Amino acid sequence: MATVNATSSSAGRLLGSLRLPIGIVAFLGISLTVLGIDQFVNALTLGAIYALVALGYTMVYGIIELINFAHGDVFMVGSFVAMFISSSLLGNEGAITNIPLLAGSVLVLFALTIGVMAIVGALIERLAYRPLRRAPRLAPLITAIGVSFILQNVIQFFFGPTIVTVPQLVPIEWSIEVSGSRVPLLNIFVIAASVALMFALQLFISRTRTGRAMRTTSMDRDASSLMGVDINRTIMITFLIGSGLAGAAGVVHGLYYGNTSFNLGFQSGLKAFTAAVLGGIGNTAGAALGGFLIAFIEVGASAFGYGRWGGAVVFSLLVIFLVFRPTGLLGSHSGDRA
Amino acid sequence: MAPLLELKDVHTYYGAVHALRGVSLKVEEGEIVTLIGSNGAGKTTTLRTISGLERARSGSIKLKGKSIEKAEAHEIVRLGVGHSPEGRRVFSRMSVRENLEMGAFLRKSGPDVQKDFKKVFELFPRLKERESQAAGTMSGGEQQMLAIGRALMAQPKILLLDEPSMGLAPILVEQIFDIITEINSRGTAVLLVEQNAMMALGIAKRGYILQIGEVTLEDSCDKLAKNPKVREAYLGV
Repeated sequence: MATVNATSSSAGRLLGSLRLPIGIVAFLGISLTVLGIDQFVNALTLGAIYALVALGYTMVYGIIELINFAHGDVFMVGSFVAMFISSSLLGNEGAITNIPLLAGSVLVLFALTIGVMAIVGALIERLAYRPLRRAPRLAPLITAIGVSFILQNVIQFFFGPTIVTVPQLVPIEWSIEVSGSRVPLLNIFVIAASVALMFALQLFISRTRTGRAMRTTSMDRDASSLMGVDINRTIMITFLIGSGLAGAAGVVHGLYYGNTSFNLGFQSGLKAFTAAVLGGIGNTAGAALGGFLIAFIEVGASAFGYGRWGGAVVFSLLVIFLVFRPTGLLGSHSGDRA
Repeated sequence: MAPLLELKDVHTYYGAVHALRGVSLKVEEGEIVTLIGSNGAGKTTTLRTISGLERARSGSIKLKGKSIEKAEAHEIVRLGVGHSPEGRRVFSRMSVRENLEMGAFLRKSGPDVQKDFKKVFELFPRLKERESQAAGTMSGGEQQMLAIGRALMAQPKILLLDEPSMGLAPILVEQIFDIITEINSRGTAVLLVEQNAMMALGIAKRGYILQIGEVTLEDSCDKLAKNPKVREAYLGV
């Protein structure tokens, strides 16, 4: 009897664990047919940006239950850091056609931007949030809004209030043919790099000691410190990683759109935050999924001529979805304590 | 020789609430000491202050003569204080095994840690059966066992136990208390906080009575169990 139960439940578990990948593949297949290859690639690229930013929202919320409203602006600052690095360090001549040089430049661009933004994020945590660790929850929320304005003003002061051009390192004309359509190599690279970062994050969280400390801290901070976890250090690392990923999103944004502006963080930040809620706040895989889903909805809306309604469509669907599933796509169903 | 753990005149506040009003107590090497008191007397606060989850505003806490009242919680674990907190606080979405691994968070994984896994599974065979089950789906008694086992994985010199009998069936309470005695006989000192005073006085050597944040009585458990005031207030006779 027990064996029968065990086999049937393990089969059930296998089916349960396959439901998500099957769902994703089906969703991608349908989107590809409906949108066509151009819009499909477009949505994937936009989704990669949303997903990378959403990860920072969800990680920070998971660990200190703070909606870090400044996170969208961290992404914005990342796009400026990327712009600054590619125009001043790597030369302003535009596209690089020498492949090894291009690969090296892009690698340097990613590494430097991620590094700078990780430090910026950790500094924000140290200066603006840690002193309020034991304050009522509204206090850090207001601080986050303050940090958001500060970041916007600082960037506006240095780079002005208008749209700023980002040098295009990757030649636009490089592309491959997929069933009659031209798919720029840039997009493929950008999507691959983002997905690789997301997988690296999942591995880090599930396999490393620090990753385990992050998970237990988000489940129960006191119990976690009784295990010997340094809570302040763990929270700082969470900000380091989240902001680094936002930096990567900033690089991707610059490479893809070729421009940025000081108020970039507001709209995209809001969408990325929505993605995190849609995926189940606190859940990293959910945030990534949510990011892609929102991008597909948005691109889909404009493909059908409702581009101006993109935001309205996204948020209407979000409301409807949350009514039926308040914990989000992959959020936990019940409370933590038995 | 300095006692294993010694609190002197410890004051702790929750905001404006003066929760501990000068608590002094000590635990010697190898002892079981119990802290008895009614709800809100400050038992849990005492344990939380020892392990650094709350900050003492004044007074001293010494572990083998070394001051720890300014140390962070994660440093105090490293110094040898294990704490099985009130309400068990197991990591509900992690398996039993992962919870125990977290208990050994500060140790290098290797044969030593494997040996302790075996020891914990010996003490709590039930945990071995549930090794890969998510901790949040287990019964209260099983979670209590896990919380104690998890604290043991850090190889503490002293184990702080907060209400291990809470919400458990009487037969399980007896089992847990037997295991506490067993843990103690293997060389770990225990500071036991309990509402079930009868059971606590039965296994501890000395006891302290805590009332509104102050120690009002300390004695050997035999004498406490015979004290008419204690019997009336805490033993219900």
